[in-house]
Amino acid sequence: MDNLVECHDVYFSRGDTPIYEGVSLHVPRGKVTAIMGPSGCGKTTLLRLIGGQLRANRGQVLFAGQDIGKLNRSALFETRKRMSMLFQSGALFSDLTVFENVAFPLREHTTLPENIIQTVVKMKLESVGLRGAGQLFPQELSGGMARRAALARSIALDPELIMYDEPFAGQDPISMGMLVSLIKSLNETLGLTSIVVSHDIHEVMSIADQVCIMANKTIVAQGSPEELRAHESPLVQQFLSGASDGPVPFHYKASTYHDDLLGVSR
Amino acid sequence: MQFFVNLGRDTLNWLRGVGGASIMLFQALVGKPQPLKMFPLVMRQLYVVGVQSMLIILISGLFIGMVLGLQGYTILVDFGAEQALGPMVALSLLRELGPVVTALLFAGRAGSALTAEIGLMRATEQLSSLEMMAVDPLRRVVAPRFWAGFISMPLLAFMFSAVGIYGGYFVGVQWLGVDEGAFWSVMQSSVDWQHDVMNGFIKSVVFAVVVTWIALYKGYTAAPTSPGISAATTQTVVYSSLAVLGLDFVLTALMFG
Repeated sequence: MDNLVECHDVYFSRGDTPIYEGVSLHVPRGKVTAIMGPSGCGKTTLLRLIGGQLRANRGQVLFAGQDIGKLNRSALFETRKRMSMLFQSGALFSDLTVFENVAFPLREHTTLPENIIQTVVKMKLESVGLRGAGQLFPQELSGGMARRAALARSIALDPELIMYDEPFAGQDPISMGMLVSLIKSLNETLGLTSIVVSHDIHEVMSIADQVCIMANKTIVAQGSPEELRAHESPLVQQFLSGASDGPVPFHYKASTYHDDLLGVSR
Repeated sequence: MQFFVNLGRDTLNWLRGVGGASIMLFQALVGKPQPLKMFPLVMRQLYVVGVQSMLIILISGLFIGMVLGLQGYTILVDFGAEQALGPMVALSLLRELGPVVTALLFAGRAGSALTAEIGLMRATEQLSSLEMMAVDPLRRVVAPRFWAGFISMPLLAFMFSAVGIYGGYFVGVQWLGVDEGAFWSVMQSSVDWQHDVMNGFIKSVVFAVVVTWIALYKGYTAAPTSPGISAATTQTVVYSSLAVLGLDFVLTALMFG
């Protein structure tokens, strides 16, 4: 299968704290790949490594066969025109209207005449259901609308890859449903490749072609949603069932409760 | 021993900060010129940084000029030298108070706003978003703000001095009765274009670079949290003020010493 993104034996640390110790995964072209795992396991970091905002200490991160870690600044910026990222906060520019936010990448990277830009922006806004909200400012939007406006901006340049960082966080069920169907339909209609980082297991499993579960500084399971549901790893099962205790313990590492209460160890 | 360890660590951190700030400014300003994209961005920032700072600069300049006129008169009149009030007010403002007080006010008004704005852009992932859209935030966000500070502060310093001289005139001439002809003519004969006006201008250009640079660097590297942005804003005002006062002594020693 043709892979758009590949990670080979990636090691990454923040200061003295290791985040990844030998992460390897592949993202098939044209598919929706979900990255899931406990909080703080480095899911967003993986997106930043693919986008070149961070560099791996060891190993390779390949996008369309190019080693992202070896690109110089200008080559990296050129490569980023082929990918896009939907940030958790939406990251819309607060001094621009929704319309101008979506037009921003077109104005920066193309020489299209104004009437074409207007048409393209309207098409992108229509695809996320916000054509009527073009003149609103980001602070006038609800959380779900802001996320959809940011999605319209993400697809403005028709990228090959979209990375979604927690797209459903803090959304009400209606907004969540809209975003789930948008991610799936955009992926199919525009022929995109999508990477979705999320904790919302049911929503993500319903649209993902492939799921990767991260834990213990590496990928512990990778496969189709059906394969993961049948996976034998207790950690995978704990994560998918949402059990409060298991391989990922409920209690943070500490001395024994008895000793602590009696003041034996501090 | 611990003192030297701390001193060494602080010095290394300071050098690292200066190095990081230099790289940031270099990457922001050096590159393929894009005048068509840069011009509207700089104009917008000139309004935010320059025009919106004018009111506080003009009012401060007027009051400082008035105080100079009043204080100068009460000292000079004892020696029968009140006709020297004009040059005293003008030279104080052009050489020192204009560039220095403008820079201090600019750091408090515009510098802190620049730091908070860029820090918030980082906290809300707007800078990361620009990077991922293949738009260099240093060229798009930092560079226009730097040029706006660089252009506007010397102009604001001139306005400060001009308004201050009129403040001194109102108090000295209109209120306390110093001869108007003497006030202006002695000022005109005492103030030298190169030695006084241009040296004051050079000072304000240096202060503009330093204050804007500190403000942008502190904002760009602020921790993306409420305490982080708060600390960065405070540091901008403190470091800028200290840098302006320290550099003022060095420049004064070089120019007039």
